[in-house]
Amino acid sequence: MDAPVLALVVAGLIMVAVNAYVVLGGADFGAGVWDLLARGPRAAAQREAIAERIGPIWEANHVWLIFVVVLLFSCFPPVVAHLSVVLHIPLTVMLIGIVLRGSAFTFRAYDSTDSAVQRQWGRIFAVSSTITPVLLGMCVGALVSGALAVPTEASFVARFITPWWSAFTLTIGGLGLAVFAFLAAVYLTVEVQDAGLAEDFRAMALSAALAVGLFAALGLWFGRNTLTATTRALLTNPAAIALQLVTGAAAVTAIGALLTRRYRLARTAAVVQVSGIVWGWGLAQFPALVPGVHTIASAAAPTVTLRLVLIGVAGGMVVLVPSLWYLLRIFKAEPARAFERVDTAEHRLPE
Amino acid sequence: MSDLLAAWAQMAMSLGFHIIFAVLGIGMPLLMVLSERQWLKTRDPVWLDLTKRWSKGTAILFAVGAVSGTVLSFELGLLWPAFMEYAGAIIGMPFSLEGFAFFTEAIFLGIYLYGWQRLSARAHWWAGVAVAVSGTISGIFVVFANAWMNSPTGFRIVDGKPVDIDPIAAMLNPAAFTQSLHMTLAAFVSTGIAVAGIHAWMLRRDTSSPFHRAALKVALMIAVPASLLQVISGDLSGKFIARWQPVKLAAIERHFETTRGAPLLLGGVPDEAAGVTRHAIAVPKMLSVLAFSDPEAEVRGLNDFPREDWPPLAVVRYAFQIMVGLGGMMAFASLWVIVCWVRKREVALKRPLLTFLALLTPAGFIAVEAGWVVTEVGRQPWIIQGFMRTADAVTPMPGLVIPFTIFTVLYCFLGVIVAWLLWAQIVRVRPA
Ligand code: HDD
Ligand code: HEM
Ligand code: HEM
Repeated sequence: MDAPVLALVVAGLIMVAVNAYVVLGGADFGAGVWDLLARGPRAAAQREAIAERIGPIWEANHVWLIFVVVLLFSCFPPVVAHLSVVLHIPLTVMLIGIVLRGSAFTFRAYDSTDSAVQRQWGRIFAVSSTITPVLLGMCVGALVSGALAVPTEASFVARFITPWWSAFTLTIGGLGLAVFAFLAAVYLTVEVQDAGLAEDFRAMALSAALAVGLFAALGLWFGRNTLTATTRALLTNPAAIALQLVTGAAAVTAIGALLTRRYRLARTAAVVQVSGIVWGWGLAQFPALVPGVHTIASAAAPTVTLRLVLIGVAGGMVVLVPSLWYLLRIFKAEPARAFERVDTAEHRLPE
Repeated sequence: MSDLLAAWAQMAMSLGFHIIFAVLGIGMPLLMVLSERQWLKTRDPVWLDLTKRWSKGTAILFAVGAVSGTVLSFELGLLWPAFMEYAGAIIGMPFSLEGFAFFTEAIFLGIYLYGWQRLSARAHWWAGVAVAVSGTISGIFVVFANAWMNSPTGFRIVDGKPVDIDPIAAMLNPAAFTQSLHMTLAAFVSTGIAVAGIHAWMLRRDTSSPFHRAALKVALMIAVPASLLQVISGDLSGKFIARWQPVKLAAIERHFETTRGAPLLLGGVPDEAAGVTRHAIAVPKMLSVLAFSDPEAEVRGLNDFPREDWPPLAVVRYAFQIMVGLGGMMAFASLWVIVCWVRKREVALKRPLLTFLALLTPAGFIAVEAGWVVTEVGRQPWIIQGFMRTADAVTPMPGLVIPFTIFTVLYCFLGVIVAWLLWAQIVRVRPA
């Protein structure tokens, strides 16, 4: 493959990883949101179902983010350099959220079962799960709106704050939160066995779907000026139109399936819908990586690096895919029996 | 605090924090699978209890290791964007491969921790092995990247820009072997000694506890060979820097004048202005022997290099002495243990040895931190030895003292909680 094609393939790969992070890792954050909002007679049961869902897999899901970062800095180093300068503040806050989310969740699992202690960790876990997606969304919003093309001689505020602080980026932050919460609630409808709990999560999923719609509409409104070029691209490009149609159809299917309690269908449709949103974002700014600053071609690392990274990824996939499949088979194929944390596990029977 | 100072303080603090978890993340899974193996072989419930406690500990440590590692992968860009822009294409390779190793580790750790009832005993054990192997490999890859900063290869500079990039040559740079060997051994030494120390402490109070005896035995099985090999590996590292980073070696040894048959200086008062060390005890020709295995070899001194290329001399030297001193003590403890083994005496009954081991509990971690200070501070003022200065790599973002403070507070908080959890939920709980 020659250089431009290679760069394109790697960029596509990064999008695949982003997509995986959103539909897998995103749902872990979303579940934290529902932990925060758990209400009613079954609140405790809801929280427990959430913990069971996240427990064995959040660390694996989280690695997709690391994967995105390492692929970006090996294959498009100037992009990382640029983004980490102008988005320094939101990225730092996001990191704090990631640290608190992961550690509080683990501490809760292993700290004393005293309910006051549990609630404390639970609250940190839930609050940081809520803040992180908003910041992630804001960064994406800033990126897609083209606001990151700031000259280096701009003032502090113009360079380090304005690009990511606007009604539009806040809306995209809200959209990120709503999307993650939606995914989590939909997954949970499938994964709980108790019918009452499933009803709870169904209601949550429907309200999140509403929020997704609302924030998407708001985003279009606030973005109407900044996004003209983008919107035009979105409307005229046939691939983009097809993508929009698929996304819309999936959204309708997901809501319909939730209303009629066909949860597995709802889950598939939700994944398609959210992936559609992710790729819609990708297409909207294609071929720019940082609109106005870097494109895929201009920022790409030398061909050798791209080629070797692709070979490395292919080799890595040979290990990764079966392992991931094994993990999901073990924990997702059958609904959780009991919360098998290591200390509560019984002795395994000798074979 | 200047922004440059704040940036490296934050980097050093984050790495110093992460490395503890990384080291335990490499060492603990090995202990865990060795102990589970004993359980499968003997069906003695003591081993099961031990395995479960160790895996609980691993779960907590791993989570904090994973999140603090994520912070690091962002910080490389957030604090040193120019470095990433320059080096990303050259050393992205080991970082990408490391990503896969993490992935495998995280997946199998999930399977291991939550799959006790869902897997057969053998499959469960193998999941533990996968965790141990991938954890070790991820550590090796990340150290490859760091080694490249010490001995950058695999590119040429034309008009200030790297060209002719060869990521494989960069990954397998000259320092890669010595450094990753030394680091991996350090992980086993520090984990092994720390675990042995904790259980030795418990045994001093209750010599008969089968639980603590079992734990001590497994921990020593790792700590003893690793701490003896570490001395050899440290010698290799020293020989490496003698050839590739002579300034670093000279700083460690306070060696000012280039000489043949250079002596090893013990103690003494350096006079940086005059470029000499006074009142030191000199072991004749020893430095040449240690650095080049040749008593007549020439060892280059600091005076050969411009002052602005000198690292902070005192920090490097004292850090080195701390590392080697503690390494020596741990090696001594290991020899003592071997003497017990050879004489068929129970280590658990030797009170002075137990006390010594208990005192050494934090020694490995302190040595690891000190060793990294030698490596990193010894490379200053360069971020990429000979190619890019740290001051040229730092982000233009002002006010870096704020994130530094926030992360320091956050990590202190996490450190206290983790220590408390390990103590209250794992060590203090009575054996079943
Ligand atoms: C348990 C920990 C431990 C112990 C007992 C030792 N070291 Fe070490 N040392 C490390 C842990 C470490 C480390 C933290 O892992 C470093 C930092 C970077 C690296 O690769 O390893 C290191 C670096 C390091 C370096 C710098 C390498 C470089 O900059 O490239 C040298 C020369 C030595 N060591 C030498 C020794 C010697 C002669 C020892 C004799 C006993 C010794 N170390 C024991
Ligand atoms: C700039 C330096 C470093 C970066 C960017 C970095 C990055 C990371 C990241 C992103 C993770 C989380 C992976 C996961 O979710 O499983 C991690 C964990 C880990 N890191 Fe680091 N790391 C650095 C330094 C080191 C060093 C020096 C070691 C040396 C041994 C190391 C060994 C490990 C190990 C074994 C893990 C697995 C998690 C654990 O066991 O706690 N890392 N690192
Ligand atoms: C985990 C063990 C490590 C520790 C404890 C450590 C420690 C330090 C220290 C003390 C500094 C500050 C040096 C100074 O400015 O005087 C530093 C700087 C730095 N280290 Fe390391 N380091 C480790 C591993 C790594 C690795 C694996 C990488 C990257 C692959 C790395 C990349 C850097 C960078 C980019 C800086 C900032 C620039 C500089 O000051 O040289 N370090 N580290």
